[in-house]
Amino acid sequence: MSAVLAASEGVVPLTRILTAPGGSPVDLAWLIPVVPAVSAGLLLLFGKRLGRLAAAVAITAMGYSAVASTLVFAFLGSQPEGGRTFVRTVGTWISAGPLQVDWSLLVDPLASVMLLLVTWVGLLIHIYSIGYMHGDERYPRFFAYMNLFAASMLILVLGSSFLTLFVGWELVGLCSYLLVGFWFENRDYATAAKKAFIVNRIGDVGFMIAMFLVFFAFGSLDFAQVLPEAATVLGAGSVTAVAICLLLFVGATGKSAQIPLYVWLPDAMAGPTPVSALIHAATMVTAGVYLLARTSPLWALVPEWGLLVAWIGVITALVTALIACAQRDLKKILAYSTISQLGYMFIGVGLGDQVAGIFHLLTHGFFKALLFLAAGSVMHAMANRTDVWGMGGLLRAMPITAITALVGVLAIAGVPPLSGFWSKEEVLAAAADTPGAQPIWLLGAIVAGLTAFYMARWFYLIFLGLPRWEADADGSVPHPHESPPSMTLPLVVLAVLSALGGLLNINPETGFLHGWLEPSVQRYAGETPFLAEAMAIVLVVALSVVGLVVALLAYGRRWTRPAPSMGAAGAAQRAFYVDRFYETVVMVPGWLLAKGLATFDRLGIDGLVNGSGRATQRLASVTRRLQTGFVRSYVLAVLGGAVLVGAMFFGAGVGW
Amino acid sequence: MQSVPLLTLLIAIPAATAVVVALLAPTARSAIRAVSLLGSAITFAVSLLVLARFESVAGFQLQESAAWIPQWGISYRLGVDGISLFLVLLTTFIMPLTLLAGWEQSERIKGYYACLLSMEAALVGVFLALDLVLFYVFFEAMLVPMYALIGIWGSANRRYAAIKFFLYTLIGGLFMLVAILYLYFASGAQSFAYADLLAVSLTSTEQALLFVCFFAAFAIKVPLFPFHTWLPDAHTEAPTVGSVVLAAVMLKIGGYGFLRYSLPFFPEATQRFAPILLALGVIGVLYGALVAMAQRDIKRLVAYSSVAHLGFVVIGIFALDPTGAAGSVVQMVNHGLSTGALFLLIGFLYDRTHSREIAGYSGLLRAVPVFGGIWLFVVMSSIALPGLNGFAGEFPILLGTFQTVPWAAVAAVFGVILAALYLLWPYQRMFHGPVEGLAVGLRDLRLREIAIMVPLVVLILAIGLYPKPLYDRVNPSVSAVVADAIQRADVAATAAAAAREGE
Amino acid sequence: MVVPAGYYLLLAAALFSIGVVGVLMRRNIIVMFMCIELMLNSVNLTLVTFSRINGNLEGQVLSFFVMVVAAAEVTVGLALIVNLFRLKASTDADDVDSLRS
Repeated sequence: MSAVLAASEGVVPLTRILTAPGGSPVDLAWLIPVVPAVSAGLLLLFGKRLGRLAAAVAITAMGYSAVASTLVFAFLGSQPEGGRTFVRTVGTWISAGPLQVDWSLLVDPLASVMLLLVTWVGLLIHIYSIGYMHGDERYPRFFAYMNLFAASMLILVLGSSFLTLFVGWELVGLCSYLLVGFWFENRDYATAAKKAFIVNRIGDVGFMIAMFLVFFAFGSLDFAQVLPEAATVLGAGSVTAVAICLLLFVGATGKSAQIPLYVWLPDAMAGPTPVSALIHAATMVTAGVYLLARTSPLWALVPEWGLLVAWIGVITALVTALIACAQRDLKKILAYSTISQLGYMFIGVGLGDQVAGIFHLLTHGFFKALLFLAAGSVMHAMANRTDVWGMGGLLRAMPITAITALVGVLAIAGVPPLSGFWSKEEVLAAAADTPGAQPIWLLGAIVAGLTAFYMARWFYLIFLGLPRWEADADGSVPHPHESPPSMTLPLVVLAVLSALGGLLNINPETGFLHGWLEPSVQRYAGETPFLAEAMAIVLVVALSVVGLVVALLAYGRRWTRPAPSMGAAGAAQRAFYVDRFYETVVMVPGWLLAKGLATFDRLGIDGLVNGSGRATQRLASVTRRLQTGFVRSYVLAVLGGAVLVGAMFFGAGVGW
Repeated sequence: MQSVPLLTLLIAIPAATAVVVALLAPTARSAIRAVSLLGSAITFAVSLLVLARFESVAGFQLQESAAWIPQWGISYRLGVDGISLFLVLLTTFIMPLTLLAGWEQSERIKGYYACLLSMEAALVGVFLALDLVLFYVFFEAMLVPMYALIGIWGSANRRYAAIKFFLYTLIGGLFMLVAILYLYFASGAQSFAYADLLAVSLTSTEQALLFVCFFAAFAIKVPLFPFHTWLPDAHTEAPTVGSVVLAAVMLKIGGYGFLRYSLPFFPEATQRFAPILLALGVIGVLYGALVAMAQRDIKRLVAYSSVAHLGFVVIGIFALDPTGAAGSVVQMVNHGLSTGALFLLIGFLYDRTHSREIAGYSGLLRAVPVFGGIWLFVVMSSIALPGLNGFAGEFPILLGTFQTVPWAAVAAVFGVILAALYLLWPYQRMFHGPVEGLAVGLRDLRLREIAIMVPLVVLILAIGLYPKPLYDRVNPSVSAVVADAIQRADVAATAAAAAREGE
Repeated sequence: MVVPAGYYLLLAAALFSIGVVGVLMRRNIIVMFMCIELMLNSVNLTLVTFSRINGNLEGQVLSFFVMVVAAAEVTVGLALIVNLFRLKASTDADDVDSLRS
């Protein structure tokens, strides 16, 4: 066990909280989530009147947040190492008895990095949406929801306590509901939105119970009061720590779509593509990874359970990679790919190398957003068709989209020197270095190969070969063309980031991110490699290349046709029947239970109530028979009463 | 002694307005409506004065007392503390909105408005009374106007629902009356005043029996499983204004009664029976939610949702934790606002289509977007989305309960998932999808209707973001009640243990 | 020879019993009334007898009260019977059962 727990050179996070000199960007950090929130409110109330101008308002708000986040980042950088953690309180929130929670922000290196990702990628996607959502009748409403989402995610990232993080956590769930169900006239889309919200909520139950436990053990929910004291209050291997960590992970599986709560994400592709790019690729789904990284001092107490997290991550990655290999919908392929890559991130943070996890989070944010936006560009050109078997040869028609998509594909496949290679290698290195995690390394390598395969398949089927599309039911044929600059510009920027993102942390020990994030996370990964590092890297790259080549052979030819979907491939296409499983085992019995209880309530409990009424009526009809209406029986009764009274007097007189 | 008896005014103004309305001609529609609205608005203004004068300490404030029937020890005593302050404010706040909601009523409006106003007087009286007979009088007095509202202005099955409501609640009240009389005779103090009866010492058997009697009255009012079956019928058959007042205020009397009477008077019995009440509360949360999912009538669904929400309140009270209890008091206010808002919205819909059937609607969000947006907002408050008021009440309840009774908190937290299910399912069925059925050709909210909803929406958001003003005033009183109950129960327990040792 | 007081009491008791049985058994309203009169008069006899036994006039005075009440009752009762007969064309007591539930 002690071999697993590496001594971390940095301080335990959050033990040094500073007061910044007055007027620093940190003081105004509270505006970073508030400005988009206010903008969202304005757009909701006055959006109709603003019309096309709504985009400008939303982008200005996002722009402000992006610039402010950069200033905060720069400011933190200008501070000495170890002096980069600040807490700012805006106001009191809840003070019920001993529970005191304030609206306050925690600005530290980890938060700053997430801020940059959320705001800048968010800004790019907002710009993209100008072109993509052009002509939609609820155009202003879309930008309002996007801003609201950004505000929620920023609250999540800046929250200084479990509860404020949870506020952002739930609010992004709400925004996901609103955005996935944006085209709510379609019942299927509305159902997908509801599914996302409900499945997220199931995970949230775990998060809430974890918070109860934290408060029970620490008397507070503030990160600054819980995380530095974790070791002293709970101690290594404490059962409470295990419970808290696992429950937090349950919440993370919901938000970050891991087994068993990932089923909402593929369905969430019903939302507009910018939504998929922002929420379901770059930001909301990464909240779980962020949570685990933020609470790393707690995980450091129970590293063997972190191993469990890594296992779930790699199994999720494997299963969803297999499913992605057999999908036909271009966005669903990317959705399953997202779940798979999230699995990698959990391997990283689960094994205690949070830097690796966050690094992959960042690079994935770049190339996955890019891939989704490219997919949107393709859909925009192909009249919203999504079947990859109905595409082909689009390279000629949409060169910018195709080339940027290629950069994204190579990045996600882990081809050096693009960003995905560096982050993936670091995650796998964490697995290789940790005793007991070697199988994870092996499976992760296999997943890398599969990733390369299905992403290459995605690319070839869409952009190479001959056009395969046919006319619609109403005879219309798509005429693909390149997208407008508002859509291609973000693609190019993201492509550049995907290519160069590796610079963030080229060397796991001396890279920028490693040093930058050190004050925020508590590393506990192992350092005992079982395979020479160079060999491991080469092996993984080789697997990726193999995947690319196999895909090229299978799908790159001009006359390629889909294989019949039976057997294992058929099962993969139907996502291994997991949705059917949940429906039969959870939803149908639940519905029956509800109906049964309703009948029980109506006939059983209410039956008792009505029954008492009926019993009273029956008793009344029995006693009613005394009222015969005959004078003579009344006379008899009078006589009887008189005799009784007389006897009583007589008895009293005699002394009975 | 120096100033105006504000609390008496809070009861007298609605009652006087009701009398004035009763004296107006039945055809003077504008006059009746104007007078009623004016009366309730003035009452609300007076209650704001009470809020301004309230200090954030424990104990009763702004007390007023006068002799009523001194030969029998009955006095007229009123007082307000942290627990009752916001319930009174809720009542006076909701009433003008309710009157506005009933603006279009055309049949027998004199009685209609008179009933609502007299109910307001009785409800405020229940929360302010500090003499047990006075409390009982107001407790029963509010039944008659509600019975009339349901029975005369209700829907198809109104007679059954009205009688059921009336008898069920009355029987509970009768048990409580017996207990009150017992307390009186046992006290020897020959007084029904709250403070005097509080000082009565009771054996633990006496406490248990009296607790059960009071429990009968309050459990029916909450409504606590399994005494809840009157509520769905009452809500579905009542007119909109009746449902709003019933859900927003009348259901709070149960929780209020537990905090005001059961905990302080019978601390030992409270501790002894707390597990049962917690279990019933948890069952209410889960059962109410599940049954709600199977309903076809939207008002019935919301009725069962009230059972679920108020289950949380009961859990918070009987966990005997200051955080949980404070959360319960605030949550009572929150539930009043959210569920009141929801019933108002349902009322707007019903006014247009006269149908409560969920399956009859589709695509409302497209047909009437403002209505749909506000509905979603209120639903999110009911689901306890952080940032809105529901969460600011529910989370402290759960957290506080976990500190003393973890199993109840863990069980109840699953109610959070179920809440999302039973509220989002009808939302999706009625508001999403193509515009079909009864949604076709509907008109969106009128100015009057928006004016009714705006204050509620603003409060829901404001309390969600900044509940501190509420908690500041609630905390001292509630902590005192809980701490006192725990301490007295402990003292009695140690005394009993010592007595057993001595034998 | 003076008749012992007890015989008067026995006579009164017998008359009373006959009256009671008559009221319960007979169906004709007029006969029931006569039996009620019989009961009242037997009570009168009892009162006078006890007045004789105790040697004061209290019983006899009370019997005047009884006679007055009997007279009033007979007046009202016969008026009722006449109206009833007009309504129902029958003097059977069992026919008057509209208060039956």
